Formats: sequence, structure tokens, C-alpha cells
Amino acid sequence: MEKMRGIKAYLQQSGLLIFILIMVGVLALLSDRFLTPANLINILRQASINGIISVGMMLVILTAGIDLSVGAILALSVVVTADLMHRDLPPLLAATAGLSLGGLLGFVNGWLVSRIKVPPFIATLGMMSFARGLALAYTGGKPVTGLDAGFRFLGTGLVAHIPMPIIIAALVFLAGYLLLSQTRIGAYLYALGENREAALFSGIATGFYTKFVFTASGVLAALSGMILIARLDSAQPVIGLGYEFDAIAAVVIGGTSLAGGEGRLSGTLLGVLIIAMLNNALNLTNVSSFYEGIVKGMVIALALILHGLVRKL
Amino acid sequence: MAIGPCILRMEGITKRFPGVKALDEVRFDLCAGEIHALAGENGAGKSTLMKILSGEYQADGGTIHLKDNPVEIANPQTAQTLGIAIINQELALIPYLSVAENIFLGREPVKQVPRFVDWQKLNQDAAEYLQRLKLDFGPQTLVEDLSIAQQQMVEVAKALSLDAQILIMDEPTSALTEKESEILFDLMAELKARGIAVVYISHRMEEIQRLADRVTVFRDGRYVATSEIADITIEGIIQQMVGRKLQAHTPVTAIQATETALKLVDLTVHRHGIEALNLSLGKGEVLGIAGLVGAGRSELARSIFGVDPIDSGDIFVDGRKVRIQSPKDAIAAGIGLVPENRKEQGLLLKMAVGENITINILKRISRFLFLNKRKAMDIAQTYIEKLKVKTPGAMEKTINLSGGNQQKIVIAKWLTMHPQVMILDEPTRGIDIGAKNEIYALIRELAGSGMGILIISSELPEILRLCNRIAVMSQRKITAILSREDATQERIMTYATGG
Repeated sequence: MEKMRGIKAYLQQSGLLIFILIMVGVLALLSDRFLTPANLINILRQASINGIISVGMMLVILTAGIDLSVGAILALSVVVTADLMHRDLPPLLAATAGLSLGGLLGFVNGWLVSRIKVPPFIATLGMMSFARGLALAYTGGKPVTGLDAGFRFLGTGLVAHIPMPIIIAALVFLAGYLLLSQTRIGAYLYALGENREAALFSGIATGFYTKFVFTASGVLAALSGMILIARLDSAQPVIGLGYEFDAIAAVVIGGTSLAGGEGRLSGTLLGVLIIAMLNNALNLTNVSSFYEGIVKGMVIALALILHGLVRKL
Repeated sequence: MAIGPCILRMEGITKRFPGVKALDEVRFDLCAGEIHALAGENGAGKSTLMKILSGEYQADGGTIHLKDNPVEIANPQTAQTLGIAIINQELALIPYLSVAENIFLGREPVKQVPRFVDWQKLNQDAAEYLQRLKLDFGPQTLVEDLSIAQQQMVEVAKALSLDAQILIMDEPTSALTEKESEILFDLMAELKARGIAVVYISHRMEEIQRLADRVTVFRDGRYVATSEIADITIEGIIQQMVGRKLQAHTPVTAIQATETALKLVDLTVHRHGIEALNLSLGKGEVLGIAGLVGAGRSELARSIFGVDPIDSGDIFVDGRKVRIQSPKDAIAAGIGLVPENRKEQGLLLKMAVGENITINILKRISRFLFLNKRKAMDIAQTYIEKLKVKTPGAMEKTINLSGGNQQKIVIAKWLTMHPQVMILDEPTRGIDIGAKNEIYALIRELAGSGMGILIISSELPEILRLCNRIAVMSQRKITAILSREDATQERIMTYATGG
């Protein structure tokens, strides 16, 4: 009996890993460039942008929320940061301002949800439109290009041959892992998502932690935006369009329940990798961009179905 | 009333859950026109068997015969077609729909052309059932606005409308007032007269003795015995349930509380209609709050605990004035609350037993933010043993435990932080006699250690048995405070009904 449960738990844990291995196999057959070291590094670098956002998204979803505004918050934060640098503000200050702005907008989301009791979907849908509009208005729709060389190290630099984006994403995942599995904040977040009322009756400051997760999501969206513009050397107001889709997909593929209270960060990591591999493969195999969305939607559905099947075992 | 022919026979029913064998080859039979009580401690398997009969669970083994024909009850719809209706411990109504819509959910009457819902007929039909139950709310009332007791009556109306031949009632009176229970009992007699077979699960022995024709007892997932009610005493049933004789309970010793643990001065909570309420609770004292459903007892508890913060007035804990705006403040001030609904408010059901027990003290067992998980599990284990919680371990999901054991976990949650004041709201609702006695003993022990204890209970014998003093509430006011010596069920009821 115990042994059966062990095997079942193992399969549930590794279902995604098996899916990834199958995917790697198929992609290696489809394109001989796929398994090259350069391409694998490339995948990881691309994954790091969505990965950082997904950690924040996971915190929100774990508390039974959702954050649709990450792409828009990212855009507003980066155009402000880029513009401040153009106005000769030191890069560090400009970046701090951008991150704070992301945090502030996230905090507003959390405040709307916890205090005004606006459903997360609506609150962040509004923020998505508001922040995107502000980014467009602020720049007049024009990109801000040519960034400080030191700042660009965030996106293009290497430390011990490892690209900076990968290092930063790894640190964010490590922090997320420690937060969720080793601290009491993590325990509170799971409790909050599992049963908000019981969490309240247990003396957990539910309002505070709701604001906390949305603020974290905003800051992380802004952070991943910094890395993105550092690589692109340009901050456009339309940057990060649709990023909420990839982040939510990664979290959900990773097995986090949209109802809250259930999920592991390792699952989210695997979800992020699946999405990145998929984006990469669509590029390598020259799938027409018209078909990209179709293939992506189908693969995500397939991953979820497999996940569901393994769960039912 | 003569009992009709046997209409249901369940034999060799076995059901396993991860880590537990909930039912082990049990049998059960039912005759037309009888009220058949099913008794047993929590975790004995009563509800599981009834969920199998009503199609919610599938048995792992055994047979079910309905009127001598073997049947497969694959899902609740099949059960409905077979004329089996169940009223669960957990109510299954949709809060934002009206009473009438809930009664006829999925079976709404439609007009000829076009085939839209015939609202007039829907409401008329529902009103008819409500009248038969002598209920004082209309068919268009939203279920959300009803008390738990009233919701239960809606469930009964729904079962009536289904024209069920077998009606299962799982703890129907645990949330009802005496008056409401009486209406339900009258109704059961009527159902019985019409030849409907009623399965009646209850922990209240007086009710079983009064209503039932036969009683079947389960213990630890096994069948013990079926007896004609005339052939067995209450003590006999209890003995079958626990498998041993219970000791007679010791009476409360009068205490002279000198210091106050909790003092409420001119407490006013507008949203609950509580105005200028005063009450004090001594250290080591057990103070009961009696009253009818709706008297404002739970609301008072919610206000003290900061769920619905007070608008004015003062709360003193151990002589110190405290400001309570949230449960977090209340806990910091040294107040614990075992809430009315343990599943919605007391527990994180999908989380582990150990996580639930330690959720209040995570701050104490972490260094900076980092949790000492081993310490948490050690503490959890201590309380699992101390309260004799029946669980495969501290890592087991709380949802897999029986009601009595879940309640012990809610209490353990508070014991870990040694509050000065503990408020228990219906602490033994839906809990079997064995676990009840353990919880009573625990309450005594806590009071003995100097904790002030406030107990809200609708069971007067419980209040009379446990409390040093009894405050009676009626219409959001305290109408009397009786000492243990002066209190009788009759006097309490007089004050509770505002007389």
C-alpha cells in the first residue's frame, strides 16, 4: 500500500520530466541544431525571462489569485527606466526606480484585491490596460533605444561563461524555493490559497500576504524587463505583450492548482523549460509564425492532459 | 406502527481509502416504514456506508439488493432514480439560488411552448413543500440568507419533492434548535406513516431512543449488531459503540475565580446588533453561553476574536486593555477561538495534520523567517499523542480524518500557544460520545491550569455538565447569568426565549 503510493507520487512528480525528455528526443530528430551547446544555452537564456516572471506568477496563483498585468507592468517599468537613463540618471538608480514602480503597481493590484475585494482577474485586467496605456502615453509610442553599456551587462554579460540572465533567473528560483519551502511565509501562502477563511482564523495577516504576492509579482516582472531591454538595447512600450500567457501556462503546466494552495516551484521550473523549448523549436524548424500559436496551444494542452492522466493513476 | 417488508439489503460492503479500511464487510438492511438509526463513533463508517448507498462512493466489495433485485449504484443520479435521497452533514445547496430553485435544481418545471422555466409553478410547488414543513420563509428567499438550520429544512423539502422511498439523514439535528428538531421529528413520523424508510444517523441517544424502530451499531468500520429499540437501553447502545463501559462523569467543582481572564466592557458591534454588552470571565473558569440559534452567540465570539472587530467598548485580557482589530491581534493578546465550522474556518483540510497543528506558532519555531520543520513535526507529534488523535501520522492530510479527530486538531492548534482565554464555539458538534468525553476532560484540564474558557453550545446538557457559570443570550443581549447551582434546562430556556 505504502509502496504503491510511493510509486504513484514518483510518477506524478516525474510526469513532466518524462514529457520533457520525449520533447527533447523529438526535437533532436527534427533539427540537428537543437542539441548543440550553443542552442541549449540559448534556450536557457530565453527561459530566464519567462522564468523570473513565472516565479512571481506562481506566488500569486498559489494564493488563488492571478496576475494578468505582468506584461504591461514590465513595459511601463522598462520604458521609465530607459528614459531615466537617457536623462543621465545613474543606471543603478534608474533600475531601482523601475523595480520600485513595478512593485508599486503590483501593490496596487494587491490592495485592490485584499482591501476593495476586487476579484484578482478584474483588478489585474484593469492594471494591464492602465499600465500599458501609461507606457504608450509616456513614450508617445516610440521606443527608447541606446542604453548605458554598464546596464547592458545585465542582459549580455557573462560570469564564468554563464550568461547573466541565467544567473539572475537561477537566483530568483533559489530565493523562491527557499521562500516557499523553508520559511513561514511560504507556509502562510499555501494556507492562504488553501482556505482564506481558516487562514484568517489562524491569525495569518491575509491582507498583508495578498499585497505581498502581487508586489513580488510586479517587482519580478520589472526585473525580467530590465534584463530583456539590456539584451535588446531598446525599451519599447509594446514590449512584453502576451507575457502573462507564457507565465500562467508555465505555472499551470507545472502542476500548480489555479484554485490555490497546491503546487511546487520545481514544477514551475519544468513548465518554464517546456515553454522555452517549444518557442525555440518553432524558430529552429521554421514554422510559419501564423502556425506558432496553434502548435503552442496544442503542446500545452498535451502536457496538461498527460499531467492529468498521471495524476489519476 | 407495523414495519413493512424489507426493501434494502446491503451485504459484505467493504471500502478502502488510502491508509484506512473505512468499511470491513458490513451489512445493513432497511424495511419500508421504519426509522432505522445507525450509530457509532466518528470514523466508525456510518457516513461512508450511506455515501455508498447514495452513489457518492463506490464500494470495493459487497452487494446491494433493492426489493430483492441486485443494483449497481454508480452515481448520485442512479440513486435518485432508485428513490434514494440523502441529506448530508455537509449541506449541498447553492447559496446564490433561491430556495425554490434549489429544491427543483435540474428538474425545473417548464412551460409547453416555448419550453422556458415555469417560474410561477416552480415557486408555487416549492411553497407547498415549505408549508408542509411549517417553515417561515418563502420559496424566493436566497439560500445564502438562511441559517444553517433553515438550509437543512430546505434539504428535507428537496428530498420530499424527489418522492424518495429511502431517505438518509446524516446528523440532521446537529445544527437545529429544539423547536426546529421537533418539526423535523413530526415530519419523520409522517414520512414513516407513508411507508418511507428513513436511515437516521445521530450521536444523540435520546433522539435515537425516541424515534427509531431499530438501531444498527458500527465500530471501527465493522458491523456490531442490530437491535429492536425496545430491546436495548441507551447504555447498551453506547457500550456497543465504544466496546467498553464508560465511567460516570465527575461533577464540576465550584471554583472561586479571583482574577479575571477576560473582561468585556460596553462592547458594541453595530453590524451584529450587539450593544453595550458586559461580561467577565475568571481565570480557571468555564463560562457557558447558552441561547437559541440566532441569539448572537457566534457573532459575539467573532467580535471578540477580531473577525468582525468591535466598534466601541473595551476588551481586557488578564487585566490588560487590548485592541483587537483582527484575529492576529486577538491571538497576540492571548485569545484562541475554536470556530463554529471546523471545515471552513478551523482547518486547512488539504494540508497535513502537523501543518495544521503548528500553523499558529510558526513564528515561534522559526529563526528569522526560516522554519524549523523538524521541531514543528515534533510538536505536532506531541499533541497527536496527548489528544489521542487517530491518524496514520503527522504528515497525513487532515481531510482523511474523521470529524472528532479533526476537531481535536483544531483544539491542538490553540494548545500549542497556551492562550489565556479560549473560546469554543459548538466544540462537540457532530462528534461521537467517546471523543466528546475526551474533549470535556481536556476542557476541564485547561481550566484547571488557569485558562479562562468560554463555551458556546446549543446542547444544554453539555453546558450544564461543564460550566461554572452560564450566560444566557437572547436577541443579541445577555439576559441572565446563572450560577451552576441555579441553572436548570428549564430556567435557561426561559431566559433564552426572552421570557
